[in-house]
Amino acid sequence: MKTPDQFSEKRLEQLREQAALGRVDAKGIRPSGSPMPATPSYYGLPIVKPPVWTWEVPLYFFAGGAAGASSVIAIAAQLAGASPSLVRDARWIAAIGAAASGPLLILDLGRPERFLNMLRVFKPQSAMSVGAWTLSVFGTTTAGAVIAEMLGMKRIGDASALAAALSGLVMSTYTGVLLGATAIPVWAAHAKTLPIHFGASALASATAILTLRGHGEQALNALALAAAAFETYTGIEIESDRSIDSEPLRLGVTGTTTRIGGFFSGPLPLVLRLIGIRSKRARRAAAASALLGSLITRVAWIEAGKASAADPRPHLQGSQEKE
Amino acid sequence: MAVTGFLTDSTLCIGCKACEVACKEWNDVPDDGFVWSGLSYDNTLALGHSTYRHVKFVEREPTAGCGGNSSAQVTWEFSSDVCRHCGNAGCLEACPTGSIVRTEFGSVFVQPDICNGCGYCVVSCPFGVIDRRPGDGRAFKCTFCYDRQKAGAEPACAKACPTGSIIFGPLDDLERAADRRLAQLRANGMDDASIWNPKETSVGGTHAFFIVRGDARDYNLPPNPQVPTVLLKQSWSAAGIAAAAIAGASLLTFALGKKRNAGVTPAGPAASRRRTAKPSTFAGNAAPAQASHSAARTPPGQPARRQRSAGERRTTR
Repeated sequence: MKTPDQFSEKRLEQLREQAALGRVDAKGIRPSGSPMPATPSYYGLPIVKPPVWTWEVPLYFFAGGAAGASSVIAIAAQLAGASPSLVRDARWIAAIGAAASGPLLILDLGRPERFLNMLRVFKPQSAMSVGAWTLSVFGTTTAGAVIAEMLGMKRIGDASALAAALSGLVMSTYTGVLLGATAIPVWAAHAKTLPIHFGASALASATAILTLRGHGEQALNALALAAAAFETYTGIEIESDRSIDSEPLRLGVTGTTTRIGGFFSGPLPLVLRLIGIRSKRARRAAAASALLGSLITRVAWIEAGKASAADPRPHLQGSQEKE
Repeated sequence: MAVTGFLTDSTLCIGCKACEVACKEWNDVPDDGFVWSGLSYDNTLALGHSTYRHVKFVEREPTAGCGGNSSAQVTWEFSSDVCRHCGNAGCLEACPTGSIVRTEFGSVFVQPDICNGCGYCVVSCPFGVIDRRPGDGRAFKCTFCYDRQKAGAEPACAKACPTGSIIFGPLDDLERAADRRLAQLRANGMDDASIWNPKETSVGGTHAFFIVRGDARDYNLPPNPQVPTVLLKQSWSAAGIAAAAIAGASLLTFALGKKRNAGVTPAGPAASRRRTAKPSTFAGNAAPAQASHSAARTPPGQPARRQRSAGERRTTR
């Protein structure tokens, strides 16, 4: 904040006079008759800015999603009277995932010391604001659930776990809205599918961690099977999408990453889980694959967003093509 | 306070970059590197965290009636780009800290003492204006010279413009001035002149708008920009469906798993399977909570099973 004074105004006058004196006799630098770009754009330069997010954000999507889905499994297992060790493990995974999520988000800020400014206001129209508040509730309640249980306060633990599951449902899906409701073409084009895709990925990773912890419940296997089936369907949908907006999901390095992530999240765990109805080893392999797939998928979406931002074509499509 | 705006008339721009210099000086914007781009005389390339005014140098095939240029020469046009200060601003809606606000002049302003550099505005701007400054960590963009406007002065870029290409004033007046100018240009034979101001889109018009010639897309001015908030409804609906599916599938599979285990296990205490399988004694009970309740008043029909179920639950927890 400065105040204009006579010196600053004199300087601006001076700039204006100098600028008017400049003279260039050339008429551009492009030789007459040289090839012009076929598609209209300003030298093919990007229109939107790429996301500034680094490795913390996809890792947060992964950890927060797995934790969110895990808190839901904990409640479902408890209500059905499943083995207490499963409920306890699911609660712990939720608590650990939530505890990791906070620092990851804070690390990604340009000014980490100001992270509390996230809680200055609540803005439902900002998915980032909704997410910050959800994580606050989720982190508190998941921690509350395991701490209360350790202290023997079962009622408080159960109430806390229920609140954790409700916020956990938001945790495992809102990241899709966070990416979807932006100006990045590849994300915006999937505003309707990303929350479901990320939710399935979260469910897959939560069941995977529980499977790797040695839980062999058929219910877990069925959940993982459903998630893997949905991820397979998502993969097919991405492959068959020929729009310009979705090109980064098919072409280049980001396309390859998306495909690898899709293979480890979809078809591979799907087959292994089907075998895993009878085989413990196949279940564990499916779990490892789904975990890896979920992580790669999150990285792939962020990187695809960066590639998408560099392409001006989706934004310059005619008014008839877009709503 | 009247809502103010910028009308940037590209037909008057001479590409002197006085606006870029004036803006950098007044706002103390740091150096953001220097590259020879090879793209006409434009070595600034884009608006960004340390560029609030950017002069574009558009070279393209000559079109008939494009004043002054012979057909043997490419046309050379200039336009000074700036933050649009959108009617519905994506960055403002996305900001989770409330750092980005709308000022009394109708402009969109980032309060530097509140921004924590989350970067969500960066992906929410449909024009790629705002960006996070490396080293500083906060997001920056055109301030519309909020401090100068407070003091009753015009923004630095408008003051330094030698040709009147950048016009500052009340938004309503500027819109009328743009219409008059367009009519004048058309009367002079420049049929390809147009006003770029996306009033019909979800952006809801911009407070900084442009008069350009030819295809506006050659200036990277999108014909149909969209404020990302219009995607929220469909995206949150999808999130709701996903959440319901996760919750429903979890509850269903575990409920079914319980029933199935109860079905295959013998009615007596299944010692060998107790660790992994569900307690068989839940068979016939709708919910565990009900089991412990009914244990107190046992119906005469099947007393033994229910009492054991309640007891077992107490020990296993």
